[in-house]
Amino acid sequence: MEGFGTGLSAGLPAALAGLGRDDARDGTDPVPGLVGFTAALRHAGLPVTTDRVAAFLTALDELDVTSKPQTYWAGRLTLCADPDDIGRYDAAFEAWFEPSRGGRPVQVQDQRRPPPSQLAALSQDGEPERDQDPDGPEIARLRVAASATEVLRHRDLAELSAAEREHLRALLALLRAEPPMRSSRRRRPANRGYPDPGRTLRAALRNHGEIRALHRRAPRRRPRRVVLLIDVSGSMAPYADTLMRFAHVVVRRMPTTVEAFTIGTRLTRITRELGHRDAERALSAAGRAIPDWSGGTKLGDALRAFVDRWGQRGAARRAVVVIFSDGWERGEPTVLAEQLGRLRRLAHRIIWVNPHAGKDGYAPIQGGIVAALPHLDELLAGHSLATLERLLEVMAHA
Amino acid sequence: MGNTDHPQHRAAPTSPAELSDALSATGYLADQGLATAAFLALRMNRPLFCEGEPGTGKTALAQAMAEVLGAELIRLQCHEGIDASQALYDWDFPRQLLHLRALEAAAGAAEERLDAEAVEASLYDPRFLIARPVLRALQTTPSVLLIDEVDRADDEFEAFLLEVLTEHAVTIPEIGEVRAKQPPLVVLTSNRTREVHDALKRRCLYLWLDHPDLTREIAILRSRLPGLPERLAAQVAAAVRKMRQLELLKPPGVAESLDWAQALQLLGARELDLDVAAASLGAVLKYREDADRVRAQLDAVMA
Repeated sequence: MEGFGTGLSAGLPAALAGLGRDDARDGTDPVPGLVGFTAALRHAGLPVTTDRVAAFLTALDELDVTSKPQTYWAGRLTLCADPDDIGRYDAAFEAWFEPSRGGRPVQVQDQRRPPPSQLAALSQDGEPERDQDPDGPEIARLRVAASATEVLRHRDLAELSAAEREHLRALLALLRAEPPMRSSRRRRPANRGYPDPGRTLRAALRNHGEIRALHRRAPRRRPRRVVLLIDVSGSMAPYADTLMRFAHVVVRRMPTTVEAFTIGTRLTRITRELGHRDAERALSAAGRAIPDWSGGTKLGDALRAFVDRWGQRGAARRAVVVIFSDGWERGEPTVLAEQLGRLRRLAHRIIWVNPHAGKDGYAPIQGGIVAALPHLDELLAGHSLATLERLLEVMAHA
Repeated sequence: MGNTDHPQHRAAPTSPAELSDALSATGYLADQGLATAAFLALRMNRPLFCEGEPGTGKTALAQAMAEVLGAELIRLQCHEGIDASQALYDWDFPRQLLHLRALEAAAGAAEERLDAEAVEASLYDPRFLIARPVLRALQTTPSVLLIDEVDRADDEFEAFLLEVLTEHAVTIPEIGEVRAKQPPLVVLTSNRTREVHDALKRRCLYLWLDHPDLTREIAILRSRLPGLPERLAAQVAAAVRKMRQLELLKPPGVAESLDWAQALQLLGARELDLDVAAASLGAVLKYREDADRVRAQLDAVMA
């Protein structure tokens, strides 16, 4: 861990100078140990940046480095940024400073970058042909690719080959997600609408107090909040990857108004993970954050956790809530109905996207979906790219 | 950072323990983490970002700190669409207009020509400036600036706050820079209705407030409501603690247990029994579903 210490401390001369004074007395330098601790925290997934490390050392300078509780609080106050961080911080602190007490080992996650995605693999075998004829095969190939794209748009996501999947990823990244809008209580200058006394007066002031025109204002339009709840249980596994990519596109497009969660046996917030620009990195980060991939489904309980912890506080208020699930519910359907009823009273629209809804012979008979139906505004299909495009359209006009 | 000179403050505390004592003298009982956080916020001149369940004393912390420091508490309540003219300053247009008319009338009566430059300069006089909370906090020394429920404001407003909180100064084009003689202690609170931008959090000390443990809650009840019998305080704290484990829609916070204890006190109860608890449940639970659920197992909650 000395490597971390020397690397980081080079950028922190001021904080180090302050700590150096005290260390001269007892002869041991605590800084490498402390900076090493912050590196361990970063591996545990905390948002530790250099300025946070500097703040940590400055805070310790004000406190007593030899006191364990004070060291603990200096770190917790400067290095954490979210209640979810605190559990990880506690574990890392115990493991680093009190390994003898048998503290749980720090969960070190692999932070190496995954290889960048190989996008737009239109065909796997067509590459060498390009040089033989400059015109003919290329155009033909594009034509084939174009019609293949059209077919792919309507194919069931669960039945794609590896190459088609690659192509689909490229198409997903091109989706245009427009935020739904709502009218705000605030007003902005407009050509028609209510009179705007302030602006009229200000304009008058510029004209030596003469009112020359009546200015007006009208309500602003603001993006409405969107909540994506993605079922990642076993029965949804064939669609999970595509839906996560879809969520990534939506989160990237409207980073401040979209919240994304996965539901399975529990609720996991993945908005922060999906915020990364690169789809592969965002997805692998989200994958690490989700503990219940391909597990069972307790939709009702997970929804309750969402409404309690997020929805009621404001995340779902007047929001467009989109639930991606096939409606297979292992728990009690009544819990699901009750929670959807609560959500219904908070949200603006509830859209349920069911990958099976678009297939022939589908009837909403699964326990979960039967319980859910009375509370939904829309039940959409979500088994192909075309249906996801349709969903974006419905969302934008919700 | 790390500036330790606070000559203006009333006896600046020199350790978290000392600050904790000073806070409890005002009736606010702080645990070690909270006292350390407030202490560091003072010493490092960093804003304190408080998040936690509603009713865990985020706003009360700012009030108590103001009392400890002998500083004025200036509160900025955030809401959707809040902008710089509501947070920082605004010009008093009607008064400026009136002033202009008065000048014109006076000049007309005295039959002299108005000097346009002088008139304009007199319009942007500090007396026509309406100082909103942030500007007022920069002008007042010492002061505690409470930015309440920052998660309700728009994210553009966060960017604006970022600028003020790091510089401790604002520039008014017509007047010039207003810089705080001594940076105010800034306390931001959030109920987590949305994630506040990391750039803002990074400049703050992050404090997550949990519900207090049983002994501390009893102590809080007794220090806030001096006439409260010890037995009643213990019963209220224990019952509220059980309610928090019941998966309620809105688990009661310290603010609710204070309300409840006060209600019981006003009802003349010496101890908590089933009848008086059922009658006063509205002081602690604010949802019909919650009240139903607790009423159904009231004897278990009170056991």
